[in-house]
Amino acid sequence: MGRYILKRLLWMIPVIIGVTILIFTIMYSIPGEPVSLMLGPEATHAQIAAKRQALGLNDPYLVRLGRFVGGIVLHFDFGDSWVYHTPVTTELLHRLPRTLTIAALCIAMQVLLGIPLGIIAAVKQDTWIDRIAMFTALFGISMPNFWIALMLVLLFSVRLGWLPPYGISGWQYYVLPVVANGFVGVATQARQTRSSMLEVIRSDYIVTARAKGMSEFRVLLRHALPNALLPVITVIGNGMGRMLAGTVVIESIFSIPGVGMYLVGGINSRDYAVVQSSVIFLAMAFTLVMLLVDLAYAFIDPRIKAQFAGRKRRKQYA
Amino acid sequence: MPNVATAEMTASGVKRQSQAVVVARRLSRNPSAVLGLVVALFLVIIAVFAPLLAPYPYDKQDLLHTRAAPSAQHLFGTDELGRDVFSRVIWGSRFSLSIGILAVVIGTTVGMFFGSLAGYFGGLVDDIIMRLVDILSSIPDILLAIAVSVVLGPGFFNSVLALCIGSIPMSVRLLRAAILSIRQQEYLEAATSINAGTARIIVRHVLPNSFSPVLVSSTMMIGHVILAAAMLSFIGLGVQPPMPEWGSMIAGGRSLIRTAPHMVTFPGIFIMLAVLALNMFGDGLRDALDPKLKK
Amino acid sequence: MDHQSGAFLAVRDLVVEYTAEGQVVHAVNGVSFDLERGKTFGLVGETGAGKTSIAKAIMRILPDPPAKIKSGEICLDGEDLLKISERAMRRVRGRKVSMIFQDPMTALNPIMKVGDQIAEVIKLHNNITWREANRRAVNMLEMVGIPGERFGEYPHQFSGGMKQRVVIAMALACSPELLLADEPTTALDVTIQAQVLEMINKLKRDFNTSMIMISHNLGVVADVCDDLGVIYAGEIVELGSKEAIFDRPAHPYSVGLFGAVPTLDEEKKRLNPIAGLPPDPSNLPTGCHFGPRCPLATEQCKSGTIALREVEPAHFCRCIQVASREG
Repeated sequence: MGRYILKRLLWMIPVIIGVTILIFTIMYSIPGEPVSLMLGPEATHAQIAAKRQALGLNDPYLVRLGRFVGGIVLHFDFGDSWVYHTPVTTELLHRLPRTLTIAALCIAMQVLLGIPLGIIAAVKQDTWIDRIAMFTALFGISMPNFWIALMLVLLFSVRLGWLPPYGISGWQYYVLPVVANGFVGVATQARQTRSSMLEVIRSDYIVTARAKGMSEFRVLLRHALPNALLPVITVIGNGMGRMLAGTVVIESIFSIPGVGMYLVGGINSRDYAVVQSSVIFLAMAFTLVMLLVDLAYAFIDPRIKAQFAGRKRRKQYA
Repeated sequence: MPNVATAEMTASGVKRQSQAVVVARRLSRNPSAVLGLVVALFLVIIAVFAPLLAPYPYDKQDLLHTRAAPSAQHLFGTDELGRDVFSRVIWGSRFSLSIGILAVVIGTTVGMFFGSLAGYFGGLVDDIIMRLVDILSSIPDILLAIAVSVVLGPGFFNSVLALCIGSIPMSVRLLRAAILSIRQQEYLEAATSINAGTARIIVRHVLPNSFSPVLVSSTMMIGHVILAAAMLSFIGLGVQPPMPEWGSMIAGGRSLIRTAPHMVTFPGIFIMLAVLALNMFGDGLRDALDPKLKK
Repeated sequence: MDHQSGAFLAVRDLVVEYTAEGQVVHAVNGVSFDLERGKTFGLVGETGAGKTSIAKAIMRILPDPPAKIKSGEICLDGEDLLKISERAMRRVRGRKVSMIFQDPMTALNPIMKVGDQIAEVIKLHNNITWREANRRAVNMLEMVGIPGERFGEYPHQFSGGMKQRVVIAMALACSPELLLADEPTTALDVTIQAQVLEMINKLKRDFNTSMIMISHNLGVVADVCDDLGVIYAGEIVELGSKEAIFDRPAHPYSVGLFGAVPTLDEEKKRLNPIAGLPPDPSNLPTGCHFGPRCPLATEQCKSGTIALREVEPAHFCRCIQVASREG
């Protein structure tokens, strides 16, 4: 088991380096003159040239790449902001907790609401409960999260005045952003849980369990649910990716000082160092989450666990 | 040998045709799938005939009647420059739908090409392609689209390019899996003549066989891309004003939400309609193609 | 057939229907048979003839949305199982009546330890501690020839034959009085089949369990059964002792079945399948269901319901063309 963990951790490193190289190369290919866009139309040629030199933009591709990747791998340093000349890393780390809090709350909402909803819909298949739940879920995955956010603000802040529309000075400030970002997750989770449950309920081993004389409730709880929840873990991982991408917009709408808002700020001020580093940073967070998901999966499913049991314990009987 | 090959191809051709009929019949029995298809086609018709359907040109300003609430003259009200929101929403359908379709078609085609290469050649080619796909999948596709959009700048074609990348990993994997399963069968069937016939067989058999999973995931992907395109426009990348893309219209109405909520509500409803229709149809398609339902 | 029977299990006029997408499938059409204590009754027929539905009906584990027991009686030890409450039925399942399923690969919960799955049924029906249940589960494993140390392993660590043995252990764990074996060896290798059958037989003798053996394999049936029922299109078309039916098959379908089996000591150029295909259960032919394929069929056979007739003592046949025999 420990070997599997080690193997997966080691595999993560080339992936992260690959991601870094990919994003860097994409950003490297910006046509035109990024510095002049950044400095504005009043900048003189001398100022632009000086800036380019200061930012090290005149060096060849490989040198710049090496410098960037080396900085990340060796010192975990993403470089400096082009506009403010402050280290991007400190800013990212400072803002990360806020983004993670929202993402974590969204995932919690997704799991606590989505899974029970999916189970109920599966157990009551084709009844009105099922149809309503699934239709709502279908709506949920079809709405853009920023629109949900604005509609919620319209209803709860503007019309009803119950909840604040921006800021983070207290727990109430987190309600709308989390609900807006998490809504899609709940819908996706409910749909996936339902189909997973339906598939499991049709299985032969469920019939076997009933044939033992177990009550339907126990059959669902002890045999159906554990099997149905296995693939759910993967959905949670993907959901995290969606949350992280979604926080970009949500933070911007609710003025929450997290990584997402930093990224949007970088886009608006043409601060490509910030944009580049924020994207890579978020991608790293996502990769880490997927790693944890894979490990959790391996830990829970005995079939996968067995693949990595030591040679001694692996037996083959005729 | 040639007789066997043609017989096999004809047989699978006949099989494919009746399979399509079965699928179509099953789809027609599913009310939500039919509804989804109808609404989607309806939106396509709106997009195509936008110039005829929109009562006003999308950029006609009326500075005397800015931020007006919905009324008889302006069904969805007007925006901050007095432009008719209803007309802009109708014109906007062109952007959203075409970005969605183009991005998915391009991404899926590219993905199918590389997936075929990976499956056919195997070995080092397969390893390299799959590693690249892994790296691509490690970045949430919206973030990647943001990065590419920042580089390319806002605009319609740039958005298409930025968004097509998200469809690539999925189609690479599907095609590769389809080819690998066929290759296994080929090995079992004929010891000789593997190399000679394989390329042709892959094109004639594998591509059609992989059609159904690719079709289902592509349909869902179009909806996903429409949402992503709206998000890109919302944060200032993607299609920008005065072009009436639904996402950028919502962005424009954001600060006026207290006084002119109609600027935000209506474009959003249309985004939802488009994606909902595609999801309903995609769900129905998936159920209709489900092998478990085949007796 | 007399209606009052002192037999251990008496099934009378069982009718099971499946409703899917508006179509009604008649899976079981009025099946009746008796089973005495300690004996084995074989249900023989083609796949899809309704055999599994009968077994699942006895246990009342038919999938309820599509399937429904429309009418009939299933009297176990005098009590009609179709009339008791679900709660009472749960006490019967696993304890008085249990079932061995056809496909061992999917019959076990893949993420639950094998020993736990056996202990579960023991604990369910006995007021004992988990420790005691586990101990008895280990005993059951040993009884089916699996080392007790393998209690904590998972199903995927076992081969097909061993998985089936675990299923058998689960079915016999509470010493049931009636065992329903649904094609228990069909999914296994031929070499393993013999082992599993032998084990079932031995356990049956040790526990004096009555058994219903469902199979489409005549060899298996010859091995373990005392009496037989031949099923076609949801009806029993022939009923009698194994010897009577094997030596003197009466119904044209049974005759065809036995004629279709190739033997080693005969020279055969071609196999003798029964002409035609089994009928569509949602659209059964009127009159005798076997009529369209029967070499003896006449106009008479196409209408009315055909009843079971005694052709010799305790040997019944559902055919108007077969006259009674003497002796």
